[in-house]
Amino acid sequence: MRRWLINVTLLCAKEFRSLLCDKVLIALIVFAFTGGVLAVADGVKVEVSNATVAFIDHDHSTLSNRLRDAILQPYFKPPILTDTQQAEDGMDKGNYIFAIDIPPNFERDVLAGREPSLQIRVDATAMTQAGLGTVYLTEIFYREIKAAIPLSSVTSAVPFQIDSRIYFNPNTESYPFMSVMQIVTNITMLSIILVGAAVIREKEHGTIEHLLVLPVSPSEIAMAKIIANGWAIFIASMLSLWLVVHLWLGVQLSGSILLFAICTLLYLFSVTALGIMLATVAPTMPQFGLLVVPVYAVAYLLSGAATPVENMPTSIQHAVYFLPTTQFVNIAQAILYRGAGFDAITQPLVIIIAAGILFLAFALIRFRSMLTSQS
Amino acid sequence: MAKIFAASDFAVSIQNLTHHYGDNEALHQIDLDLPAGQTIGLVGPDGVGKSTLLGIISGVKRLQSGKVTTLDADIGQKKQREAVLPRVAFMPQGLGHNLYPTLSVQENIDFFARLFGLDAEYRKTRIAQLLEATSLAPFFDRPAGKLSGGMKQKVSLCCALVHNPDLLILDEPTTGVDPLSRQQFWELVDALQAGNPSMTVIVSTAYMEEAARFSWLVAMDDGKILANGKTADILKQTGQDTVEKAYISLLPEEKRTQASGFSIPPYQNTDPEPAIEANNLTCRFGSFTAVDNVSFRIGRGEIFGFLGSNGCGKSTTMKMLTGLLDATSGTAKLFGKPVSAGDLNTRMRIGYMSQAFSLYEELTVKQNLVLQSRLYRATEKETEQRVDDALDNFELRPFADISPADLPLGIRQRLQLAAACINTPDILILDEPTSGVDPAARDMFWHHLIDLSRNKHVTIFVSTHFMNEAACCDRISLMHRGHVLAVGTPDELMKKRGETSLEAAFIDYLQDQMSQDKDNRDNQTSSSNVSLENISDNKKKATSSPLWHWLSYVWAFARRESLELLRDKLRLTFAVAGPIILLLVSAYSISFDINKISFTVCDQDQSNESRSLVKSFQGSSYFTEKAASSSLAEMNKRLSDGTAQMTVDIPAGFGRDIEAGRHPSVGIGISGAMPFLGANIQSYATNALLQYAQLSAQGLTHSAPSSLPFSIEPRFVYNQEFLSIYTMVPDTIMLALILIPTMLTALGVVREKEIGSIINLYASPASTRQYLIGKQLPYVAIAMLAYLSLVVLSVTILGVPLKGSFLALSLGALLYNLAATGLGLLISTFVSSQVAAIFGTAILCLIPAVNFSGLLYPVSTLTGISYHVGRCFPASWFQLISLGSFTKGLGFTAFLTMYGALTGFALLYLALACVLLRKQEL
Repeated sequence: MRRWLINVTLLCAKEFRSLLCDKVLIALIVFAFTGGVLAVADGVKVEVSNATVAFIDHDHSTLSNRLRDAILQPYFKPPILTDTQQAEDGMDKGNYIFAIDIPPNFERDVLAGREPSLQIRVDATAMTQAGLGTVYLTEIFYREIKAAIPLSSVTSAVPFQIDSRIYFNPNTESYPFMSVMQIVTNITMLSIILVGAAVIREKEHGTIEHLLVLPVSPSEIAMAKIIANGWAIFIASMLSLWLVVHLWLGVQLSGSILLFAICTLLYLFSVTALGIMLATVAPTMPQFGLLVVPVYAVAYLLSGAATPVENMPTSIQHAVYFLPTTQFVNIAQAILYRGAGFDAITQPLVIIIAAGILFLAFALIRFRSMLTSQS
Repeated sequence: MAKIFAASDFAVSIQNLTHHYGDNEALHQIDLDLPAGQTIGLVGPDGVGKSTLLGIISGVKRLQSGKVTTLDADIGQKKQREAVLPRVAFMPQGLGHNLYPTLSVQENIDFFARLFGLDAEYRKTRIAQLLEATSLAPFFDRPAGKLSGGMKQKVSLCCALVHNPDLLILDEPTTGVDPLSRQQFWELVDALQAGNPSMTVIVSTAYMEEAARFSWLVAMDDGKILANGKTADILKQTGQDTVEKAYISLLPEEKRTQASGFSIPPYQNTDPEPAIEANNLTCRFGSFTAVDNVSFRIGRGEIFGFLGSNGCGKSTTMKMLTGLLDATSGTAKLFGKPVSAGDLNTRMRIGYMSQAFSLYEELTVKQNLVLQSRLYRATEKETEQRVDDALDNFELRPFADISPADLPLGIRQRLQLAAACINTPDILILDEPTSGVDPAARDMFWHHLIDLSRNKHVTIFVSTHFMNEAACCDRISLMHRGHVLAVGTPDELMKKRGETSLEAAFIDYLQDQMSQDKDNRDNQTSSSNVSLENISDNKKKATSSPLWHWLSYVWAFARRESLELLRDKLRLTFAVAGPIILLLVSAYSISFDINKISFTVCDQDQSNESRSLVKSFQGSSYFTEKAASSSLAEMNKRLSDGTAQMTVDIPAGFGRDIEAGRHPSVGIGISGAMPFLGANIQSYATNALLQYAQLSAQGLTHSAPSSLPFSIEPRFVYNQEFLSIYTMVPDTIMLALILIPTMLTALGVVREKEIGSIINLYASPASTRQYLIGKQLPYVAIAMLAYLSLVVLSVTILGVPLKGSFLALSLGALLYNLAATGLGLLISTFVSSQVAAIFGTAILCLIPAVNFSGLLYPVSTLTGISYHVGRCFPASWFQLISLGSFTKGLGFTAFLTMYGALTGFALLYLALACVLLRKQEL
C-alpha cells in the first residue's frame, strides 16, 4: 500500500509536468473557467427578458400609445413600431418573438363596449419566452386598460390575497444559475477529455506500455491520472467559483462551500474515471474525439443544467437518475442555492461514487487488453 | 549561358549556412558544393546536423541564415523554392514515417504521384514500373502499416521516385532494416543511379560500412563539414583503408577515440536453472500467427541474440516474456516462474527497452531517468546516485536538461538503454536497442552489455540487425515469419552453412527458407533488373487549364483523406451515429413544457374553503401533489432539499376570514433555484388561484372575463401546439452539425504534425490551401450524410414535418458544414497537441452553440458581448435556417442573409487556417 501511494505520487508529478507543458491547453482551461463562465452568465437569460416585440398600431389612439409605453424593460425590449408585413418578415427571420396587433378604432370600440379583440402573435419556437411572455403581456394590457378605463375590478372579486414568494433567487435572475451550471459543465467536459486524451496519448506514444513493464500496476497509472488531472480541474473550478462567480458576478452562495468542494472532488473522481474508460474503448485520438462529443453533449442536455429534469418524460427521469452528471447538478443546486445540508445530498453522492467505481473497474479490466488489440 | 552551365555542375551549393534550435546551434557556417550526377554519402555520428542539413536542402526546413542553392534555385526564395520542389524528392528518417498505414502500397505511391501533379496515364505506368523494379508488385494491395520495415523503406523509396526527381535525398534510409532488405535496398539505389545518370542522390548514414559504396563523401561533425570530396580521394588524403578509420582521423584530436574491438570473456553457465525459458510459445492476432511454436532456454548471464527480418515476431516474443502480451498457447518462464501480468516482483528484475521510443517527451532526459529509477523502488538518495552514474555511463550528461523530443534518434536510444539498465536488473530484454545509433555509441552499448553479463551475471536477450553485434552474442536464434530457423553460437551457425561471415550465413538461411515459401517467392527476387532509364519526360501534368491543374492537387489530398476515413469504420460510425444519438436524446427528453410541478401543502385551516383551494391545484395537470407538510419549517426544508418545488401555506382561520371578507393571504413559496421554472411556477400558480377564486365566488362564475371591455387573443404561430419537440429537433440539428463535423477535422492537421506525415506537404509543390481544402472535402461529405440522416429521422420517426424547402435547408446545411469543418481545421492548425485540439474544439463549440445560438434562448434576447459572440458564430445563423425551414415554412429568399454569413465564415476560417499553417518546418 505504501508502495502504491509512492508510485501514484511519482506518476502524479509526471502528469502535472505534462499538463503544464501544453501552454495552449492551460490557456483553454483558464478561458473555460473565466471568459466562458462570464460570457454565459452575462448574456444568457432563461427568464423572459429583453424579448423582442413588434407593435402594429392600426389605431393610433391614446390607449394604443399607452399600451405600447407599458411594455417595459427588463422583460421586453422597447417595442418596434411597424406594419403587418414587416412584422411577419421579422418574425420569420427571428427578429421578433411577439407581434402585437392593435385593430383600427380599438379605443373607440373599447369605450363603446364593443369588446374589440387585440391580437398577440407569438413565435412559439422560442420556447423559453413564448409562454411566460404571453402571460406577462396579457397582464400588462389588462392592468393598463383597467387603469385607463375605470371599471369594476376583477381582483377585488378575489376573496383572498396571494402572497407568492420565490425563494433562493427572488428576482429569478439567470446569472447566478447559469454561471454555476457553466462551471459544472466545464468540469464534466474537461475531466472526460483531459484524462481520456492523456491515456490515448500515452498509448499512441507507447509510454503506457513501457510503464506496464515496470513494477507499476494499472490502478496506479489510472489513479495518478485521476488525481493529477482531477486536482488541476478542482483548483480551477473552485477558483472560478470564488473569484468569478462570487466576487466578480456577486452571486451569493448560500450553502457550505466546503461541502460543495468535497462533492466536487467525488464527482471529479467519477467523471475522470469515465474519461479513462472511454479512452480504453477508443483506439486512436480522432476516434476518441468523436466518441466524447455525444457523451458530454448528452450528459449536459440530460443533466438538468440546460432544462429542468422535472420536465423530462418519466421514463427518462428514471434513467437520468443514475447519471453522475445529473446528480452533481442536483447537488450543486441543492447546496449552492438552497443551502441544503449533508443529509439532502447523501443519495446523489452514493450514485456518483458508485458510478465512478463502476467506470474505473471497467477501465482497469480493459487496460491491458487495449494494448494487445492495437499491436 | 556559361554561368548557368557552371552552376549546373553542382546539384547543391551552400554558402555560410547556420541553423539554430533555440540556443543550440545545429549547423555552423557551412559552405558546401555537391556535384550533380553522383551518389553522395553524408556521414557522421548522431546529432551532428545531418538531418537538419538535408531538410534545408530539400526545402522542407526553413532556412534561417546563409544561402542554399538547390538545382539552381535559391531555397530562401519562396517562388524559386516552389518551382524546384517538383524536381526534388525527400525521404525522411524513420521506418515508413511518411507513409499512411491504412493505405495500400499502391495507394500510397499513387498519392505521392498525385501530389506532384502527374496525370493518370503516367501514374499508371510509372507505378507499375516502380513496383516491378522493387519487387513489391505482389504486395500492391497490402496496407503499408502491415509491411515489414524493409518493405516500408522500399515503398518510401518508390514514393520518392515516382515523379522522377533530379535530386533524391534519403535520410538514413536503412536504419532498422534487416541485412537482406538492406542489401536489396542498396542494389536498387545503385541500379536507379545507373539507369538515370543525371540524377543526384544524397544519402545520410551513421554506418561507415555503408558509406564506402558511395562515390562521393561528405563527413560532418558538430554542425561543421570535416571533408567533402571523392571517396577515393578522402581515403588517400587520410591514408586510411576504411571510411570509418578515415572519419576518425578527420576528427579533431581530442575526439579521436578509436573504436576498440571487444574482448569478450567466455560465457560460463554457473546456474543450471535457466533465466528465461519459452516452451512452444504461440501468439495469434485473429487469423495471423505472429509467433508460432517458439521454444528456447537462456541461461543466467548469457547474451542471447535474436535475429530476423522485420516483422518476423521478435518483438511479439519479447512482449510475451515481459507479460505485456498474453501467449495464445505455450508457456514463458522467468527464473522458473511463469510470466504473469500481475507479478510486480518479477518485473523488478526485468529491464525492457521497446523498439519505438517510449519514454516521456514532456520530461527532460534527467527527469525521465529519475522517474524510472523511483518507479523501480529506489529511494531518493539511491536515485540520485544511479541517475548520476547513468548520465556518465551513457554519455548523456550534455543532454540532461533537454527534452527527448529535441534529440536525434541515436541519443534517444541511448537514453532508453540507460533507463532500462538503471535498476541493474537480472534480465535485460532489448528490442533493437542500437537501431539508428552511430558506431561509437554502439561500441559503448556493447561494452556495457558485456560488463553486465560477465561481471554482474545479467541475462541479456537482445534483438538486432547488425551482424557484428550478433557475433558478440553467446548464442543467437534466427527467426523468420514466426518460426525459429536455427539456434546456436555464431560459429556453429556459420559452420553449418559453410559461410565465413555471419551476414552471409543469415542471408543464406533466409533465402533458403523463402524459396521453400512458395507464396513469397517474389519477395526475394533480385532487384537488379531495374530499368527506369526510359522514363519519358512527357510526364508533365495534364495539359488542361490551370484551374483543373490546381484542383487536381486538392483532389489528391481529398482522395487520400477519404480513403483513410473509409478504412476507419469506427470513426465513420461515430460521425453519423453521434448526431443521431444527440437528436434522439434531445427530442425525447428536452422539454420546456411545464407539467407536474411538485408541491406540498401545509393546511393549517382544514376548512372546506382550504380544501377546495388545494383541489384547484390537484385538478390541474400542471401540478402534482406530494405528501402534505405539518409545519412551515418542514415546508421550507422540503423546498431546500428539492423534494418539492412549490409550497402552499394556508393560514389558520382562512375559511372564516374569507367569509368575513378579511382577505386572508395564501402563501405560495416557490423554488427559484432554476430561474426558468421559478417564474413559470409563479404565473401558473397565480392563474390556478385566480381560476379558483372565480369559480368559488358565486355569481361570478362566467361573468369575469366578459366584464372586460376587450379581449386578448394570443396566437401561437409556427408551433401551434407549443410543443418542445418542434423546436428542439431543428435546434439539435444545428447543435449536432457544429459539434461533430468540427471535431472530425479538428485533429486533421495537428495529428499529421504529431505523426510526421505532414512532411509530405512540405516536400511537395502543393500549397497549404490545396492541402486544407482537400482535407476538408471528405469531412464535408460525411457531415452532409449525417445531416441527411438527421432530416430523415426527424421527418419519419420523430414526426416533425419539414414545412419549408428541403433544398434551401440543404444548401444552408452545406454552407454550415463547410464553416464547421473549416473551424475544425483552423483549431487544428492553431493548437500544438491533439489533446488541446479536442478540448479546444469542445469548449469553443459547445459554449456558443448551446448558449448563444438560439438552442435554448433566442439570439434576439441576448445582450452585450453574448449577442455578438452568437452573431460571430456560424451556428446562430444556421439555427435560423433550420428553424425557419422546419417550423416556419420558409425558402431560399428568406435565407439570403444567412447564406451570406455562413459563406463568409467558411471562407474566413479557411483563410485564417491557411495563414497559420506553415509550408516549412521550423
